[in-house]
This record gives sequence, structure tokens and C-alpha cells, in this order.
Amino acid sequence: MSNTKVSDQKSSFGTRALQSSLLYTLISIVVGFIVGAILLQAAGISAGGAYGKLISGVFGKPKFIMWAIVYAAPIILTGLSVAFSFQTGVFNIGAEGQYVVGTIAACLVGVFVKAPAIILIPLCLIASALAGGFWSMLVALMKVKRGINEVLSFIMFNWIAYYLSNYMVNLPGISGGSEVTKDLQESAQMMVKNEALTKVLGTGASYNIFVAILAAVAIAFILNRTTLGYKLKAVGFNKHAAEYGGINSNQEIMTAMSISGALAGMGGACQLMGMGIRISQFASQEGFGFQGITVALIGSTNPIGCIFAGLFYGAMKYGGTKLSLVNAPAEIVSIIMGTIVFFIAISHVFKRVILGYAGKKKGGTK
Amino acid sequence: MFLRNLGLLINATMTYTPPLLLAALGSCFSERSGVINIGIEGMMTIGAFVGAATALACGNPWLAFLVGGLAGALFGLLHAVACVSCQADQTISGTAINFLAPGLAVFLCKAMYDGSSDTPALDISMKLPKVFNGVFPVGSFGDNVLSNYSVAYMSLILVAVIWFVFYKTKFGMRLRAVGEAPEACDTLGVNVYRVRYVCVILSGFLAGLGGAYITLATVSQFRPIVIVGQGFMAIAAVIFGKFKPQGALLACLLFGFCNGVKVLATSGNTVSPNLISMIPYIVTILALVLFVGTARVPAANGKPFQKAK
Repeated sequence: MSNTKVSDQKSSFGTRALQSSLLYTLISIVVGFIVGAILLQAAGISAGGAYGKLISGVFGKPKFIMWAIVYAAPIILTGLSVAFSFQTGVFNIGAEGQYVVGTIAACLVGVFVKAPAIILIPLCLIASALAGGFWSMLVALMKVKRGINEVLSFIMFNWIAYYLSNYMVNLPGISGGSEVTKDLQESAQMMVKNEALTKVLGTGASYNIFVAILAAVAIAFILNRTTLGYKLKAVGFNKHAAEYGGINSNQEIMTAMSISGALAGMGGACQLMGMGIRISQFASQEGFGFQGITVALIGSTNPIGCIFAGLFYGAMKYGGTKLSLVNAPAEIVSIIMGTIVFFIAISHVFKRVILGYAGKKKGGTK
Repeated sequence: MFLRNLGLLINATMTYTPPLLLAALGSCFSERSGVINIGIEGMMTIGAFVGAATALACGNPWLAFLVGGLAGALFGLLHAVACVSCQADQTISGTAINFLAPGLAVFLCKAMYDGSSDTPALDISMKLPKVFNGVFPVGSFGDNVLSNYSVAYMSLILVAVIWFVFYKTKFGMRLRAVGEAPEACDTLGVNVYRVRYVCVILSGFLAGLGGAYITLATVSQFRPIVIVGQGFMAIAAVIFGKFKPQGALLACLLFGFCNGVKVLATSGNTVSPNLISMIPYIVTILALVLFVGTARVPAANGKPFQKAK
């Protein structure tokens, strides 16, 4: 009797591991690297050399790790933005635009408002969140009031934000030279100023990652522990059932999209205050919003998962910039990321196969 | 003067519209059969690169155009395998393709052309021909209106063909039905999987053609930013056009027209080109809010279908 109980516990742990999405995400990551390696070899580039450079480029020195983390912060936030929207039944393909208006707002406050860092930094973050939230809320308003498909309006708003930023960069008074804005005041930058620390972490060290982590924890709390989160998820799960249960789904959609936009806007601020210092003219959309979609998917649309997925993407992105040193195209990073997402998309097929196999095996031994 | 400007405007409209239209027609097939295809953007990019590379290798623009379409179709097949056979989340699969296909395009470009992310420029003989070139005197109204690449006219004819397929053929009826009520179609003996496979592969093919048009006609080389955003604009055009091929045509013409205005307005005046560039998108939003309103999404759009066992 006791024997079967133990074996039951064991198998339940095993099955739980086999059922968790983390396992299949990890499998997908491995497959992604294998596909990347095959492509590199086929193109006559040593996969070992390229991956070696990728690893040493990220973990070789403390300042490299620091840089990878600095790269990760804005994508964690756009990832959170998309993940939050998925949880609430909307597809925020507009994180790109919300990110851009976030940088604009943070830039304006960071350049023109005179205040000490302790006030100015939160002020910049709030401004960017408001800007991103407002940008997304406009789309939500059109969806709720006029029934306009949000994917369509998000795409339009991405482009408007893009040109707005390019317009602002060249505006007299804000422009600080050819095709860049003025630099943020020092009190608006999130750079590490402690000398001992910068010696180890390098000159580009910034603490923007803490904003991302705080936001992720806050979003996890909202989704899992508050009435608001419950309502939002209910609407995402089944709008009609939620309405039947007395939830005003239109209002919840507005709230959800505004919060999602605010997160992406803060992603823009984190990039600007922790990395960029100024906005430059874009040649094309930068892709932080679209990278956010990938982060959200690799993180299984879980806020905490987004932190790790974002760190992974940040590391890949930063490591990718060094691949040219070994003559490997940096695009291999996009290919690996795309493959990972593709295999995550079809992971439930593996799951079925593996669980089926495990089930059979269990039946056989009995 | 007015006539000349009108001619130039029509010309600029018809320069921008065809690739968008080809991709939008592709998107129509996919969306109407019930499969969301966000991957149009990536499929256009790979079509653009493969088209340019083929033209550089063999010199025949028509073959290159076709091969560019096939490259898009290949990614369409990938999307179909994931979404139809594996019942994957269609947005996730499409997002994957938007990273995979452009990444692969630039990767191959660097591997083939000495690490450069741009292909060499195409020779005029490798570009798609302009049919009415030389018929009218250079610079005249007729020349401006009709001096477009032959594929531009073909894309307009294609709208009529696809309209016919959608509304007057058995296949068209099935593809619309499959996007609304796949279970009912299945009960009636329609092979839902096969219809969706055909539609998604076709959407990739048309998107690939759209991409190839850009490198083989308008830009005459592949660059990583040659497509950026046009695939998404095509998707927007389809939603704007209420998921109908004729609606997509009107939407694409509107985008093309705004772009034409933009091109003409930017040359020789003091208003910031960035402000003028916003016009197409603002016009679209105003048109949506004021006139178009809700587009009814096909009922089974985005929902994976699993055949009952």
C-alpha cells in the first residue's frame, strides 16, 4: 500500500515535469541552437567558433554581463507589455509605438525639467508610462467605441509614433545636433556613478534592470492576487462569460490595454535613461516591440518568465553584436530566436508524443 | 501643369500599391480560410531577397519573380504545418516566421555576397519590364500614367481573378465556409485541412511575389530595410477592406495614393517630411473611425481546427 503511494508521488512529480511548459521551452531553445548551428555550418562558418564568441562575448568579463543585462531591461518591459495583453485577451502588436512615445516623453522630461535625480528619474518613468498608456488607450477607445480591430490601429499607431519621434529629433530647441536630441540631464540618467562599481562593471553600467524586475513583480501581483487581475483574466478567457458574471468587459479591456501600453512606454524610458541618453533618428522601426512579442512567448506569457526570457534575449542581442568579429552574420540570432518561437508554437505536439510515450511505458511496467 | 501633376500622382500611387496589393491578396486567402497570418512581413522579405538573388544569378526577371514567390510559399507551408496540422497558435507561428524569414534573408545575403547585407544593384535587363515604355513621349500625361512595371497591371487584373475565385467557384465557396464554420464543412465532406493548406501556401506565394516586386522593380536591389513594415500594412489593408479582395484593393489604393501625395509633397517645400509621412496612417485612422467601422472577422479566424476522430 505504502509502496504504491511512493511510486505514485514519484510519477506525479515526473508527469508534472513533463507537463510544465518550461521543459518544452528549454527543448525549443536547444532545437533553436541546433538549427542555427546547421545553418552556420552550411554557410561555411564554424558553429563552434560563432557560439563560442556568443558565450565569451556575454560572459567573458563582468562588464559584458552588465551590458547584456542593460540590453535586457527594455525588452523585458516590452515583453511584459505583450504578455500582459495576451493574458487579458488582446494582442498588443503596438508595443513598438508605445515604446517610442515612452522614449519621447522621458526625453522631454529628462531634458527640460530641472530636478534632482531622486525626483527626476521617477518623473521620467511616470511620464513614459503615461505616454505609452495613452497611446494604447486611444487604440482601446477605438476598439471599444467603434469596434475597430486593434491589430489594424496598433500598426498605424506604430508608424505615427515612429515619424513623430523622427520629427522631434529634428525640432529646433530639442535637437542637439544632426539628427539627435539633446542629451538627458545627468540627474535623469540611470547610470551607476559609484567609482568602485564602474571599475568592475564598465562605464555603461546602469540600473535600469531594477525597473524591469519591479514592474514584472508588480504585474505578477496584479494578475494573480487582485480583483482587477481576476477581472482582466476573466475577460481574456471568455469575454461573454465575464459579462454574464457582471464584469464590464469594455472597461476592463480599456484598463488592460492602458496598462500594457504603460509597460511598453516604460521600456522606452529604460532604454533611453539606461543606455541611449538621447534619441537618434530612426532608419527603420527598431523592433523593441516585436522583440517583446518573442520575450512574452518564450516566457510563456508569465510576468516572472518574461524576466528570464528577456535576459536571454538581451544576452543574445548583445552577444550577436560581437559575431562580426568571427565573420558570422549577427542575423543568426534572429534565426535562432525565430526557431525557438516556432517550436514553442508547436510544443504541444511534442508534449502529446512524450506524455503518450511516458504513459505507455508506465503501463508496460505495471 | 495640373494634368502633369495628376499623372505624376497616379504614377506614384501605382508604384507603391502593387507589392502591397499582392501581399494583401495573399493575406485575404489565409484570413478568410480561418488562419491568421502575421508572417506576411517575413514572407515578403524572403521573397524580396530570393527574387533579387535569382535575378543576379540567372538574369531572367520573370523567373526571379516566380522563384521569389516560391520562397514565400515555402514559409507559407511552414506556417500551414504549424497552424493546420499541429493546431499551433497562429499568432505565435506568424511571429516566429517574422524573425526566421528576414533573419534568413539577410543571413543568406551576407553568406552569398561577401558579408554585405545588400545585394549588388540589379542591371536594368534583370528588372521587370515596363510594357508601355516608349509608347508615349517622355514626361507626358500618358507616359506618367502608364509607365509602370507590367506586374503593376497584372496585380490589378489579379484582383478580378481572385474576386472570381472567391465568389464564383466551388473552391472559393469552400474557403469562405472553412473560415466560418469548419466543423460544418467537415461534416459535409470538405477537407478542411487541405483547403487551409492551399490558402496559407497561396498567401505565402503572393506575399513572396509582393516582396520580389519591390526588389525586381522599384528598388532594384535587396536591402534589409527594403520591406520593413509593408507586410503589416498589407495585413492592415485586408482588415480595412473587411477581408474582401475588392476591399483590399481599395485600401491598398488609398495607402498608395497617400504615399503618392507624400512623395510629391515632400519634394520642394519646407514642411517636415516626417510630418507628411504620417498622413497615410492618420488618414487610415480617420477613415476607420468616421466611415468604415467594424470589420467582421471570419468566425473561425485564429481558431485551430481539429478533425473529429
